Amino acid sequence: MDYAPNTDAQLQEMLRTIGAGSFEELISPVPAELHARELDVPPGLAEAQVVALGEALAGRNRALTEMVSFLGAGCYAHLIPTVVDALSARGEWLTPYTPYQAEASQGTLQAIYEFQTMVCELFQMDVANASLYDGASSVAEAALLALRATGRSRILLSEAVHPHAREVLATYLIGSPATMQEIPTVNGVTDLESLGKALRDDVACVVLQQPNVFGCLEPMGQAGELTHRVGGLFIASVYPVSLGLLQPPGAYGADIAVAEGRCLGSPPAYGGPGLGLFTATTALLRKVPGRLAGCTVDQAGRRAFTLTLQTREQHIRRERATSNICTNEGWLALRATIFLSLLGPRGMQELAQRNVEKARYARERLRELAWIAPAFDQPFFNEFTLRFDPAHPVETVNRRLAAAGFAGGFPLAGWYPTMPQGSLWCVTELISKPSIDRLIDVLKKI
Amino acid sequence: MSDLLIFERSVPGRRGYWLPPSDVPAVSVGEVLPEDQLRAAQPPLPEVAEFDAVRHYTRLSQANFSVDTHFYPLGSCTMKYNPKLNERVAALPGFAWLHPLQPAAQAQGILQLLYELEQCLCAITGMAAFTLQPAAGAQGELTGLKMIAAYHRRKRRARSTILIPDSAHGTNPASAALSGFTVVQLASGPDGLIDLQELRRKLTKDVAALMLTNPNTLGLFERDIKTIAALLHEQGALVYMDGANMNALLGIARPGDMGVDLLQLNLHKTFSTPHGGGGPGAGPVGVTKALEDFLPVPRVRKVGARFRWETRGRATVGRVHGWYGNVGVLVRAYAYIRTLGREGLARTSRAAIINANYLKAKLQGTFPVPFDDHCMHEFVASLKSLRAHGVSAGDVAKRLLDYGCYAPTVYFPLIVEEALMIEPTETESKETLDAFAQALLAIAHEAQHNPELVRRAPQRMVVDRVDEVKAAREPNLRFSTGDAPKVPGTFGAGRTVAS
Repeated sequence: MDYAPNTDAQLQEMLRTIGAGSFEELISPVPAELHARELDVPPGLAEAQVVALGEALAGRNRALTEMVSFLGAGCYAHLIPTVVDALSARGEWLTPYTPYQAEASQGTLQAIYEFQTMVCELFQMDVANASLYDGASSVAEAALLALRATGRSRILLSEAVHPHAREVLATYLIGSPATMQEIPTVNGVTDLESLGKALRDDVACVVLQQPNVFGCLEPMGQAGELTHRVGGLFIASVYPVSLGLLQPPGAYGADIAVAEGRCLGSPPAYGGPGLGLFTATTALLRKVPGRLAGCTVDQAGRRAFTLTLQTREQHIRRERATSNICTNEGWLALRATIFLSLLGPRGMQELAQRNVEKARYARERLRELAWIAPAFDQPFFNEFTLRFDPAHPVETVNRRLAAAGFAGGFPLAGWYPTMPQGSLWCVTELISKPSIDRLIDVLKKI
Repeated sequence: MSDLLIFERSVPGRRGYWLPPSDVPAVSVGEVLPEDQLRAAQPPLPEVAEFDAVRHYTRLSQANFSVDTHFYPLGSCTMKYNPKLNERVAALPGFAWLHPLQPAAQAQGILQLLYELEQCLCAITGMAAFTLQPAAGAQGELTGLKMIAAYHRRKRRARSTILIPDSAHGTNPASAALSGFTVVQLASGPDGLIDLQELRRKLTKDVAALMLTNPNTLGLFERDIKTIAALLHEQGALVYMDGANMNALLGIARPGDMGVDLLQLNLHKTFSTPHGGGGPGAGPVGVTKALEDFLPVPRVRKVGARFRWETRGRATVGRVHGWYGNVGVLVRAYAYIRTLGREGLARTSRAAIINANYLKAKLQGTFPVPFDDHCMHEFVASLKSLRAHGVSAGDVAKRLLDYGCYAPTVYFPLIVEEALMIEPTETESKETLDAFAQALLAIAHEAQHNPELVRRAPQRMVVDRVDEVKAAREPNLRFSTGDAPKVPGTFGAGRTVAS
């Protein structure tokens, strides 16, 4: 089947209007030697067959909805109000493109303006853009902005910044003279002494993640202060759900703050699409990458919205643009906007509070097992690192847990070879007390 | 528009969502988290009831034109119908509720889907291997350019120039610059195609690659593509193809057979995934065998009947996405390809090409097409003749909105004066194309006899023409909570939603 409505008779009639004897005449500019043979793609399917195929493939995955998952490590599953799915499924939200024609795109534009405002409020930052691809590329774009804004060439990142974000930045720096240096951690948090030693007046920026990849809370205020002392920009990569309780990046002096925002109203979807949240101080506004919606007026003086400051962007500036980005993750930004308006100030605080409580309860219970110990003695939000006794290899424990219907903590050895028995556990509002209690029962039998 | 912002609907104490009661012991946050790590006050988000939000975002949606509601002939964007079936498949919990760190044994279905999608894209394009990681076309370009840089470094060649035709999308030079290359522009020939003499002149030993779009942004097929590729290859340089216009080529010609070394596909264009008001998209990159080792990691591998992620690569450029790419988009594209199959894909491009040529034939008496040949899936008309009446392409675009059509891409490509770039796609019926042609011809008539009407357009949208200069001069990028509304909300008093 296909989705082209014109019948063969209509196509013939259209060819006559064109003045072409046949379709082949239309593609005469394509040299004959290049004409494709039949594609090696399976034959088409009817709707019912595609549904069956999709269900069969989806059935070979184990959905988070079928088990109790303690996986986080940069991708967090949270509640999604019914209204988010219901509203965002409307074709008027799902099927327009980038709102170039402002007058026919006021819905999308106003929603982006509301999104930018909410992100600014949550982060306590001056400016938010319409979103970037994901959290990892937002870290990379933030560092590139710092290089442009300072004219300097060194980037310092904590080793407790998500390794995938560091890898994406490294890829983005191919062909650039800038260098990256990792700052070690001590007891699960970035070592300020090492940071202090690495800071010189050639440092463009320092990047820290809050909470960091081990779940620990970083000394953001002090790190920011050290960075500013040498004239560098301080970049914070944060977890939006935590901001219902934790200090927002604007309060500790971040110059740029970014996040993976998918956790605000969209499912994990095996890691993508994500939603890159990108915020900055007013001083950096004209160097910010990506789209910005602005409020203005129409010819009758009524409030209206439009994309603005487009002279930063690739379709105007071409090779002198601040970034090559030409989309945002509009549909996920809309979902985040609806999510935040439903939860509101109290809902966001309660959500964060609930995460703190669930994670505390789970960690206390896990400590009942003699072979499990917290890896670090640090405050945490909803995620924490455990160290298993060598007699209980992390992967073996996880296999036993999987058989009992649990996704255990993420084994950190692959990312941090110095932590062969490290396991990273995330406990959100979606996990019930009976599930945690059952987990402990299963672990006690191992 | 005269509608309120969600912030202006806020009433202290209202709420739209409740968590279930807690089943774990309460914790005093002040006791478990250091004081200086805590937020001083709740974030000042709006306080609205669930129904407030439902009506607000429903009404707001109605202020949009969209593919579902209006003809959307936005050139180069391939605004085709986005099948609902694909949404249904992508929403299956076995796809939507998967964590990227689940062991491969728990993710065999999605790994198989991604593997088969790569195979299908290879078959459609004639490339040897694909990465599905880039989140958008522009990120695909960036990935391709990083690979070009890595390839030359591996060959120990210092190459710093990327050749780009003057008709290219703006992302091409921006991506090249972001990858540390110098951009050298190629002037198009009199036929709108790459000029071989110009190419030979600028093809120095410093050229790393040529970035071209085929069919190009004029909707014309680069007839000399094989010669062009051979010229580049003789110099040890590569050919990168911007695959944004692949909707013209399905089952008709394959970039791999043309001598293309790398290309990105825009799944949100050719493969029907919804644009979502500007994303998420997906920009997979395909390469020849010689470049496969440079692809980003991780890559999905089939070993026997099982699938797994391979995280290492000998010469890989690394990673461009936090996880594996926009998987939710990839699932939709897979459903689309399997629905159409080999015959449906070929019929798609045929219908897209006929639709574009038909529309061109209906319009070109009034709006000349400067580089006139049979076009592929789109064409570019010039509205230069309307200048005599003080009417610009931008004015005509706005007037089209009043006729219930989204506007074509305007002022692009840059090599056509008063350009109107029209891409109808295969999913529009002849009746719709006829109505659109009639509207454009009517506007041409208006431009001659009542130009003020066209210059003042649009008049039937929720807002009149928007002051973009003010928006840029006095940037207002966020609502200040506590500000009184600048304009009282009167939604319903005047024009409400777009027709």
